[in-house]
Amino acid sequence: MTSFAELVLFLVVLSDFAVLAMSRLSACIRAIALQGLLLGVLPLVVHSTLSAHAVVLGVGTAAIKAVILPAFLRWAIREAAVRREVEPLIGYMASMLWGAAALVIAFAVAAVLPLHSVETDLLVPVALVTVMIGLIVLITRSKAITQVVGYLMMENGIYLFGLTQSQRVPFLVEIGVLLDVFVGVFIMGIVVFQINREFDSLSASRLTELHD
Amino acid sequence: MLLIALILLPALAAALAYAAPDAARAAILVGTAAVHLVLVLMTWAAPGQQALGGWLADDDLGRMILTLVSVIFLAVAHYAVCYRREENPRGGRAFASCMLGFLAAATVVTTSHHFALLWIGLETTTLAVAPLIYHRHDRRSLEAVWKYLVVSSVGIAFALLGVFLLATAQPSGATGGRPLVLDDLLAHAGALDAVWLRAAFVFMLIGFGTKMGLAPLHLWKPDTYGEAPSLVGALMAGALTSCAFLGLARVVSICYMAQQGAFVRPPLIGFGILSIAIAAAFILGQGDIKRLLAYSSVEHMGLLVLGLGLGGVGAYGAVLHAVNNGLAKAMIFLVVGNVVLATGTSAADEIRGVFRRLPGSGALLVVGLFAVTGSPPFGMFISEFAIINGAVGEHHPWVAAIVVALLAIIFVGIGAMILEMVYGERAPADTNAGGSDERTRLVVAPALLAVLVLGLGVYLPTRLIGALAGAAATLGGRAP
Repeated sequence: MTSFAELVLFLVVLSDFAVLAMSRLSACIRAIALQGLLLGVLPLVVHSTLSAHAVVLGVGTAAIKAVILPAFLRWAIREAAVRREVEPLIGYMASMLWGAAALVIAFAVAAVLPLHSVETDLLVPVALVTVMIGLIVLITRSKAITQVVGYLMMENGIYLFGLTQSQRVPFLVEIGVLLDVFVGVFIMGIVVFQINREFDSLSASRLTELHD
Repeated sequence: MLLIALILLPALAAALAYAAPDAARAAILVGTAAVHLVLVLMTWAAPGQQALGGWLADDDLGRMILTLVSVIFLAVAHYAVCYRREENPRGGRAFASCMLGFLAAATVVTTSHHFALLWIGLETTTLAVAPLIYHRHDRRSLEAVWKYLVVSSVGIAFALLGVFLLATAQPSGATGGRPLVLDDLLAHAGALDAVWLRAAFVFMLIGFGTKMGLAPLHLWKPDTYGEAPSLVGALMAGALTSCAFLGLARVVSICYMAQQGAFVRPPLIGFGILSIAIAAAFILGQGDIKRLLAYSSVEHMGLLVLGLGLGGVGAYGAVLHAVNNGLAKAMIFLVVGNVVLATGTSAADEIRGVFRRLPGSGALLVVGLFAVTGSPPFGMFISEFAIINGAVGEHHPWVAAIVVALLAIIFVGIGAMILEMVYGERAPADTNAGGSDERTRLVVAPALLAVLVLGLGVYLPTRLIGALAGAAATLGGRAP
């Protein structure tokens, strides 16, 4: 792994924490867009040889995760006229501490996992921490749209883990997974838009009519 | 060729149904379902087909679930066409397309022998049913579809991580075989790395378990089944959960082949008993018939993983139970759809005298009660008996005892609600003066499914027994 790839992975972790710390929705979306761009760069630099496969995957990922989905999410918050993530269920400081704990756990777990390749020694912990921070965002934020950002982060983490296997998972499959994530976020975005129209708020915590 | 046609047919029909005029849409929906079923029956005549270099392949377990999906889909398609004449026709275009898209995705899941392809198919089923759940376009269905999307998407994301972990478990080169191809994973199971395989199993259990609705990952289920149109509930409880079960069964078969039985059995048995217990707790005192059926679905998913975890005769029972449960659940959801259509509510307290108002549906509801609770002579009795028999045979007598006790509680809970609905006196709010509201054409599909459920309880065709035994053998089981 080149030092450039390590730099990119370092930036991915920074963008994880940026989403965790930002209170403004537009800043969260900018951070997740930056992460999407970094994910698009990674297939090109993580392996020593450059293939057409890696180029198409990188461009496709960047187009969907750095351009189309962030633009779509921005449209959703503009229509909904919400700017601020006012009420996270746990405070920003506490979320940062949870994030730091996730980072420590990710590196500790990655250290004991038996790996086949030395190319990927930083990829696995970064993948794990991105999945965990995505989950933290998903669980602790009450706005539906921030939950979508959390889901996207989780998928980004899984994509990073998938990169360790990119020689073996066929190209068509990766494109299929990317498309599924795209459509999934798209449908979630539409539901978010409908929630806003029906409830005059994007808060998923107001969705409490159904229970036993 | 046949396998590719099975996938392409509904996929193209989904696009066609979107473009076609209203008058043609019903014919496209039912016609596609019928042709799909004919093609599926042709795979029984020529088993063992392969396509796309082994990524798609026919095997006993996959073919059985595929047939189940196809039969349920034909029934639901016919019902949907008749139902739409009674209810508001909004979104008919998208509704038919999403249904056919679901059929295409479910066919990918059941014919796929490549784990990543299976995952793509399963995720697509999630996305295809989401607009169907939101059909009514009100607040409650909005809440239901949001919960469903978030919980299922996170669950299925875990399953994707599991797929990548499974790829990591495979050594590269000839010792590992083709990456993520089921047949090669089974053939080279001894070469799999045990740590990564266990991690893959855990993540897929959580992921596919969420899609199946195993407790405690079932929280989306009552809300979704409660708010979705009943025919969507039939599709989900009958077909979609069976597809998720297939995904779990695939990874379990690899674990057994790789001698990881001691690792996978306890969590499967634990999830199974917990699901049945939670279902029993929530079925007692439940006030809504559709939510009651959702908990009944949690119960039967629990029985399926219990059978998988027990092995032996239990595995045979689990595969048979998947078929019986799918047919019975689809049937009773369609009948409940008729009741909800006539009464305008799914709150059990407000539904009385179904037998008087809807003689056909009332009779079928009683049949459905006995079918889903596993009473003789229905198919579920045989499969539940096989699973309990498996528990005793594999030296887990206490598991058998607990399960029998819980099933008895569930029988009382479901029976009390449904019998009250069917034979109870008229509710105060009931303004119906008497006479029948039955729509005969809405009784056809559930009646045919009821005949199948009863038929499988009375007589199992030899071909089916052979396929069941073949499927059970890959899951560390055997025929009784």
